[in-house]
Amino acid sequence: MKRTALYDQHVTLNAKIVDFAGWEMPIVYSSITEEHQSVRNNAGLFDVSHMGEICIKGKEAEKFVDYIFTNDVYSMVNNQVLYGMMLYPDGGVVDDLLVYKFHKEHYLLVVNASNVDKDYAWVTEHNTFDCTTSNESDNFSEIALQGPKAEAILQKLTSFDLATITFFTHQNVNIDGHMCLVSRTGYTGEDGFEIYSTSFDIVELWQRILEVGKEDVLPIGLGARDTLRFEVNLPLYGHEMSESINPLEAGYGFWVALEAGDFIGKDALRKVKEAGTKRRVCGLTLIDKGIMREGYEVYHNNQLVGHVTTGYKAPSTDQVVALAIVDKPYDKLGTELEVDIRGKRKKAVVIKKKFYSKNYKK
Amino acid sequence: MSKVVNGLYYTNTHEWVKVEDEFAYIGITDYAQHSLGEIVFVELPEEEDSVELGVEFSAIESVKAASDVLSPVSGTIVLVNDDLEDSPELINEDPYENWIIKVELEDKSELNSLLSADEYKEIIE
Repeated sequence: MKRTALYDQHVTLNAKIVDFAGWEMPIVYSSITEEHQSVRNNAGLFDVSHMGEICIKGKEAEKFVDYIFTNDVYSMVNNQVLYGMMLYPDGGVVDDLLVYKFHKEHYLLVVNASNVDKDYAWVTEHNTFDCTTSNESDNFSEIALQGPKAEAILQKLTSFDLATITFFTHQNVNIDGHMCLVSRTGYTGEDGFEIYSTSFDIVELWQRILEVGKEDVLPIGLGARDTLRFEVNLPLYGHEMSESINPLEAGYGFWVALEAGDFIGKDALRKVKEAGTKRRVCGLTLIDKGIMREGYEVYHNNQLVGHVTTGYKAPSTDQVVALAIVDKPYDKLGTELEVDIRGKRKKAVVIKKKFYSKNYKK
Repeated sequence: MSKVVNGLYYTNTHEWVKVEDEFAYIGITDYAQHSLGEIVFVELPEEEDSVELGVEFSAIESVKAASDVLSPVSGTIVLVNDDLEDSPELINEDPYENWIIKVELEDKSELNSLLSADEYKEIIE
């Protein structure tokens, strides 16, 4: 089992530790709801050092990244960050990731912890271009500071004007004496930053941010990380998007540049688009009582039409809601469906899948 | 340190039983509510349902997941704690005051297989 550089900090903060993708990670410190609300209303600090980083360098780096990535890499300017996916030839998803552009011969791919080995193998296997790939995951530690007060808190620790780091861009920033890569990105639907540094620097950064943020910032575990991303319909690999759920079915076509470049999986997705997807990820709310959970089956008049991919009582709204992949046409807003909750059919209805509005600073 | 109340019976799946004559109140322990975290929903059975030793009769939903509650005894439910329907968090606040069901016991000798407060303390330590 692997530990991040911040493991001792989590233990000191009385976190409950769980196994996540082979890492011993904090799932909750105080309470999931309290941590969730802190990010929505003030700020929260996450250890996301388990994420993977893959570096692409060389003359044809741009061409190569564009070949493996669904979004339009040629459209990127230096210091931009772009979200998208790597696909299998059949359109299934290898992983979803962020691409950081330094310049056209240097990119950084930030991938899911659970997929690092698979992704790195995929990347090296398809690199027939004039560039090198290296798995830098062990050389990066990462924290995320998220919430409406994130910028004000981080600004206390640097003379660099953070307002110049606009939405989905990155800069090298000296924070309290530590050199960091900072981007205005995140996985919560709130304004905030993702901060990359060495395992040595990250520990002091973590402590200093909690110190200067005082009561406005809480450490946030994986529990609230999931409820936060869920409420604003950000997908989690293996749930709303996977080898078997393609980006168009997930409702993430916006991040697939079918009109530009040429990437693995493009032909398959173009065919899917022309034929129309047979199913879609949609939002559900429960009319009867209970909570919908991942894997629960969804029915329409006793016919199995899909399953729940993530479900919670949403902490921001107190509503019982779920994301579910449902066959067409039962994904239409207002359709009444039934969810099998431990052997009992409960009434649910299709609603918009943004259960809470994002508050990005753009 | 989780609270354990003397005079109750316990299970190694963290339910407690308080016996009053031919009846038993059943709930989950302080240790259980603490491990679950914030409880957001309790799936309640109906009065007159029968319960069986070792078989689930309720499910408690924390923010993260659902957990079954197993009956420590066999019998018939005579009362359900309806307060939990709108206020599931009562179990977090006081797990020993906020029982889930009251059961008419079928076979009091089943109680012999349950744990004492001291035995339960050893399990959760």
